[in-house]
Amino acid sequence: MRISASTAVASGTIVALAVVPPITNALQEPFYLGLFLRLMILAIAAISLNLILGFGNMVSFGHAAYMGIGAYVVGIGTFHAIEDGIDWLANGFLHVPLAIAASSLAALVIGAISIRTRGVYFIMITLAFGQMLYFIGVGLEVYGADDGLSLYMRSEFGGVLDINDNTQFYYLVLALLLATLYGVKRLIASRFGLVIRGARSNERRLAAVGIPVYRYKLVAFMVAGAICGVAGVLLANRTDFVSPDMMHWTRSGDLIIMVVLGGMGTLFGPLYGAAAFLLVEEFLSGITEHWQIVFGPLLILVVIYARGGIAGVVHALERRRE
Amino acid sequence: MSEPILQLRDLTKRFGGLVATDSVTLDVAEGEVHAVIGPNGAGKTTLVGQISGEIRPDRGQIFFAGQPITRSPVHVRSLLGIARSFQITSVFPGFTVTANVALAVQAHAGHSFRFWTDATRDGTLLAPAAQYLELVGLTGRAGDVAATLSHGEHRQLELAMALATEPKLLLLDEPTAGVGGDESARMVELLRSFKGRFTILLIEHDMDAVFALADRITVLDSGRILASGAPGEIRADPAVRQAYLGDAEA
Repeated sequence: MRISASTAVASGTIVALAVVPPITNALQEPFYLGLFLRLMILAIAAISLNLILGFGNMVSFGHAAYMGIGAYVVGIGTFHAIEDGIDWLANGFLHVPLAIAASSLAALVIGAISIRTRGVYFIMITLAFGQMLYFIGVGLEVYGADDGLSLYMRSEFGGVLDINDNTQFYYLVLALLLATLYGVKRLIASRFGLVIRGARSNERRLAAVGIPVYRYKLVAFMVAGAICGVAGVLLANRTDFVSPDMMHWTRSGDLIIMVVLGGMGTLFGPLYGAAAFLLVEEFLSGITEHWQIVFGPLLILVVIYARGGIAGVVHALERRRE
Repeated sequence: MSEPILQLRDLTKRFGGLVATDSVTLDVAEGEVHAVIGPNGAGKTTLVGQISGEIRPDRGQIFFAGQPITRSPVHVRSLLGIARSFQITSVFPGFTVTANVALAVQAHAGHSFRFWTDATRDGTLLAPAAQYLELVGLTGRAGDVAATLSHGEHRQLELAMALATEPKLLLLDEPTAGVGGDESARMVELLRSFKGRFTILLIEHDMDAVFALADRITVLDSGRILASGAPGEIRADPAVRQAYLGDAEA
């Protein structure tokens, strides 16, 4: 049996991620464990953005806001658990559903308005909403305003697992990453997924065959927001810190870069994109603090010469071999 | 005689100073092929747009199967049984030919809030899709990506997608536009085989096709109905000959 290049790279990436903790633990390099943890969390966020951007052609420029909402659920919850002694507010089994509810509700409101528009207007409206949430965060005096809020404890998952142990936390995130990938794989092949992908290329025709496109796009928008909210819960626990900065439009831009870099509308593209983004950032910022001077042109080259991103390059190699 | 399936009453649409549809009153009887002809800019496509729901008329009413649909959105009209093909090919280019038709089948098979089951292997969608592809003669290209089809094949796919919604009324906007002689003849043959099975409102430039297919013809000029009647009457109408047919037959 021949294994295609895409499958080989995808499985290789997952295997590589799975063996990170034993290696970093053996080398006593907890920093790198943290780096890969962040990489996977941002990959989950990028995958959720890809769902609407890559498959549905909705260029949301405020996607980091949902990550911020998820993060603030943890931040505010643990804050009151410690300050006011309300223990149950630190419960991770509460944080996750609450983050999903809050971020999908925000997505419902933002989507209900922005999906009525197209192109640049859609981008600007999602950006405006994202910035609105950013400034709400800045205004939260109780929770540190623009200085943010340090977490004095992480989400508690009872006796099930202890995410204060970064290795356990790592494997939880890896499992969630795989679950997200599998869920998106099912979703894009489902009836719902066909409608969303159809809307990407020809909304007019979709309406003409009898599909009320708006409500499907809105639900896709909410699903993406909900997944990103979960990524926010993870990110807050990973950095032990939340701040409005997580919702800043430049963070949304980073997510878009990851999706474009990795390959829009592909299953594994956002994961590759998040990996490339963080590893290049890590490597270049070790050389110069102006690492973006190198990163910018790199991105331009990808957009010009490799439209399909990393996943597209892998796919092209696969075709050449055949 | 039973009530016409489609009734247009005093339909009027302006674009700025241009009156694209001017007090059009028109009936389409169930089972007939009704052709709308007229020179470029006569307002034919605008008329189709108002019937399918993409364009809101400024005045007048549209009834479909006795129901007022003047303000219904596009997808509702499709679900009621109005299907259209587009003058400029409008398919899902990245999907396979089968998937294009299957999506049209899916649109009329209940809601699409189904997130988990693989629709690309769903027999309840694929079997009807295969049927419609066979009906239009595209079975050979079923597995190919739609973007790779020839222009004529695109028109066939358009038709299959319209049929897949099991319409009561087919709005065909120039189904032979830009199609070469051979393919064009085949399309006319195909449409002829639909006669009696579907009610068709046909917009067409090719007069041979119109006279081969239509039971009734309406001539549109500057948004207004110039004449409406059986093909023989239209052929003999002096006003029509002067305004339009004269050039075509010369």
